[in-house]
Amino acid sequence: MTPILELDAISRRFEKKLDSVERLARRLGADLRETCVNAVDAASFHIQRGEVVGLVGESGCGKSTLGRMVAGLLPVSDGVIRYEGTDITDAKTAAAREKRLSIQMIFQDPMSSLNPRMKVAEIIGEAAVYHGLTTRREVAGYVDELLRKVGLDPAFAQRYPHQMSGGQRQRIGIARALAVQPEFLICDESIAALDVSIQAQVINLFQDLRRDLDLTYLFISHDLGVVEHIADRVVVMYLGRIVEIASTAALFDVPRHPYTQALLDQVPRLGAGRQEFRTVKGEIPSPLNPPTGCHFHPRCPMAGPRCGREVPRTLTTDGHSTACHLHDGGVA
Amino acid sequence: MSILDVRDLQTHFFTDAGVVKAVDGVSFSLSAGEVLGLVGESGSGKSVTGFSILRLVDAPGRVVGGQINFKGQDLAKLSDREMRALRGNRIAMIFQDPMMTLNPVLRIETQMVEAVRAHDRVSQKAACDRAIGTLAKVGIPSPAERLTAYPHQFSGGMRQRVAIAIALLNGPDLIVADEPTTALDVTIQSQILAEVQQLARETGTALIWITHDLAVVAGLADKISVMYAGRIVESGPTDAVLTAPGHPYTQGLLGSIPGHGRRGERLTQIPGMAPNMALLPDGCAFAPRCTRVSDTCRSRAPEITAIDPARSLRCFHPSVTMTSIT
Repeated sequence: MTPILELDAISRRFEKKLDSVERLARRLGADLRETCVNAVDAASFHIQRGEVVGLVGESGCGKSTLGRMVAGLLPVSDGVIRYEGTDITDAKTAAAREKRLSIQMIFQDPMSSLNPRMKVAEIIGEAAVYHGLTTRREVAGYVDELLRKVGLDPAFAQRYPHQMSGGQRQRIGIARALAVQPEFLICDESIAALDVSIQAQVINLFQDLRRDLDLTYLFISHDLGVVEHIADRVVVMYLGRIVEIASTAALFDVPRHPYTQALLDQVPRLGAGRQEFRTVKGEIPSPLNPPTGCHFHPRCPMAGPRCGREVPRTLTTDGHSTACHLHDGGVA
Repeated sequence: MSILDVRDLQTHFFTDAGVVKAVDGVSFSLSAGEVLGLVGESGSGKSVTGFSILRLVDAPGRVVGGQINFKGQDLAKLSDREMRALRGNRIAMIFQDPMMTLNPVLRIETQMVEAVRAHDRVSQKAACDRAIGTLAKVGIPSPAERLTAYPHQFSGGMRQRVAIAIALLNGPDLIVADEPTTALDVTIQSQILAEVQQLARETGTALIWITHDLAVVAGLADKISVMYAGRIVESGPTDAVLTAPGHPYTQGLLGSIPGHGRRGERLTQIPGMAPNMALLPDGCAFAPRCTRVSDTCRSRAPEITAIDPARSLRCFHPSVTMTSIT
């Protein structure tokens, strides 16, 4: 079966070119170089129709950049993105653009992703009218139906975003994404800014929508508890590279990569009693100047000499992929 | 003996829309070395409680009632001058965002030395040495060199450590920490929790940890107080509150947390949303969202009641049975 989404070694580089003064300074002998960040470095994975895939990692690991490339908000430096087998990397053809419409994104902060000068009815209805999914005459009814679908009173259509609470605004963000009848939703930290009780309401909403509308999700979050709850499979990123992909059960019960193990150790949990907090040494290194070999080796308790020399290959057994020398002949 | 004893604290905000009772009759006490987790959602009054203890509430807000007994003296009655002598010295505060609390144009050294010499007549050299010692204690590598850096030269986690180091400079008896790890990654959060835990244990500093995340205090706090709409609705030892919550709001909060062993299940959600604090309903503030609501709940507000010497609840229909108190 063709996966709904396939990422084939996609990369994203951010380069900062030298300006004229810096070029002059370099000519005069200053040690200035163009800086380049590999925000996402040859990431490959696929998502099957109906699946929820969680994407986790610390801030700066490239998870949002990856989500934005899939949504078409950022151009891809290298690699190919396929949607149902069609190359949508550049969206040059009409077919590719149509496929792109099936991918929608829900952002972290609804206050900055909703236009404060537009009424809810316009926010939700605008794209649907543009893409011919409804007509100007029928748009009011279309918006009402969407509002009901995300659990809001249709009367909200006449309000502005600032007249609503955080949880309600996030529901508007979801309704806007659903307005163009997508099949695939990218949720980029969509519930991170919400209070715990509201967060639970929105998680339940995501699961109801998945069942009712047959949706597929790429769920980006730093909150491992949420990802464990909602995802079928989980992708773990560290400093631009994917280090582990596994089913949720396998990843949380038998994590293979030392980084995943460290992350899971540190999640504060209920019911663990008074916890002794264990820690990974150090912090995530600067992506401007990443460590050689395996990016995680300076913080890894299991690192050996090989880890600093060689970039680990990604090996897959039983549908569980890991990029670590420990699982590929040892670290010596 | 308790270091801090807060009795019936009331902080109100006098706004155009009416009087907002942000903190309405909060009581708790804390002994040396004890960690209290003050838990609640946005707008529950947990931060205002912390600010009230340090007397940092700005107009239109005012502490209008209650006592804050800190080592035998009532902070609410102190003069501003006496309060200044305590603040940063015997009582310290750690805020959520260190980028907002550290001065961006001063070196860490200047800020730390100033904090020491504001309270202690020591030489510049001695103050510097104390600063280096405290930075080392919170896990900052090569503290002597880092002392001359500016706040923007530190990462988020390191900056929060500097803020914690400043709080620790004068060896306070009480630290009020307002969501200090909320903006940080899990790995950094657990490093900071580990250090704070060790410090509370070693120095006997009492700690109030204000957070919206029950999972964080589960591993850290000795006791928990849950706030809703300006009032403590449940308090007790951490294990007891988490394993046998008595108030429907605490139960709802716990049910809302996704986690281990409940993969893919439907989360029990609390219906509705937090109330408008200027228009609180008569009776119990949680009644409109409560599953166990009765007519009594709508007509009058429940009092906080002790169900055993360590636990108390504010509910007419608690789910844990009252044991007789003698």
